[in-house]
Amino acid sequence: MHELSLCADLMDQVMTITKAHHAKKVVSIVVRIGPLSGVEPSLLENAFTISRAGTLAEEAEFLTEALPIRVLCHSCGAESEPAINNLVCGSCGGYNTKLLSGDELILARVELETAD
Amino acid sequence: MCNTCGCNITPGNRPLIMAEKPKNGVTTVSVLQNLLSQNNHQADHNRAHFDASKVLVINLMSSPGSGKTALLEATIKRLRESLKIAVIEGDLETENDTKRIQAQGVPAYQITTGTACHLDAHLVHNALHHLALDNLDLLFIENVGNLVCPASFDLGHHRNVVLLSVTEGDDKPAKYPVMFRAADLMLISKTDLLPYLDDFSPSNAEQNLHNLANDAPVIEFSSKDGQGMDAWITWLLTEIKDYQALLLNQQTQRPKIQQDGQLLHAQPGNTKFYPVINKTEHLV
Repeated sequence: MHELSLCADLMDQVMTITKAHHAKKVVSIVVRIGPLSGVEPSLLENAFTISRAGTLAEEAEFLTEALPIRVLCHSCGAESEPAINNLVCGSCGGYNTKLLSGDELILARVELETAD
Repeated sequence: MCNTCGCNITPGNRPLIMAEKPKNGVTTVSVLQNLLSQNNHQADHNRAHFDASKVLVINLMSSPGSGKTALLEATIKRLRESLKIAVIEGDLETENDTKRIQAQGVPAYQITTGTACHLDAHLVHNALHHLALDNLDLLFIENVGNLVCPASFDLGHHRNVVLLSVTEGDDKPAKYPVMFRAADLMLISKTDLLPYLDDFSPSNAEQNLHNLANDAPVIEFSSKDGQGMDAWITWLLTEIKDYQALLLNQQTQRPKIQQDGQLLHAQPGNTKFYPVINKTEHLV
């Protein structure tokens, strides 16, 4: 159920931006999600259809962009894109890796209708 | 990747984002703000409270019934003479766990979440109004039993401890990577039951944890027969010592999940405002 509370945060941010730009309505919202964020894009989209009701984002398109899981190996320096539950280096197999991408949950951009 | 936050501006989308002239009255605002920013802001506020009171806060997470409350009961019995401890309990319903903790003679406050599957920083902040933090050494937050959602919410705590009971299966870290990646310590609980189970291998569980690029220590623990109790207490006391040393240097401790990508995407200083040329091109 926590997608709905995230959506409330999302709508707060979108409405702050909408107000700041004196926009008439929100055309689209783009959110970037990594698999390790713990959020399921389809559930977030469903939650958005509830959260947007009665707001300037009522007709907005909701787009999610999936980000890949990428790790950097501290041992051999290689970058690889491993599976979500096997974050070891794809090159040398070591687990001394740093996550470069994959746990994001970000409002990337908003398109606004600002004039006639 | 862009230099400021390592995130989204690539050669591919740069022309779209950096375009100059508005068209059709549509403007694009590039935001790059974490969707958890409200929660994270509150969490930092909570952490400042904890640090002002010099209390180490540990977030206990696991699936329901893996022994979080039993671990706390055993820990309090062992430490209540030497440390001032309090507990915040999170459950959907009942005050059963709080009563169990209070029976051990330490303050406890129950958060009943109703239907919510996790604690968040706001719920914990409300609970802090009912607990005296001053003079505490150690505060445990027993999160809602759930191996999924609690991992995504910073509460302002300093360390994540994830329990995995031997009846759950040693592949849980592989099945719930978001949770186990966040562990600063993994406790394999109910090890007194291992003789009755032929399909749980503590070393497999540890390997599955390491496969998440997590080198957190693993302690095999039983609150029934006391196995691992000394190692757990040693870990706790070391954490308190390390935390107090950090405080002396005006620093604080953060749980593991706060590192990596989330910090790369810290809230930008100001919102950028760019017109866009073609409002549908990037949708393809």
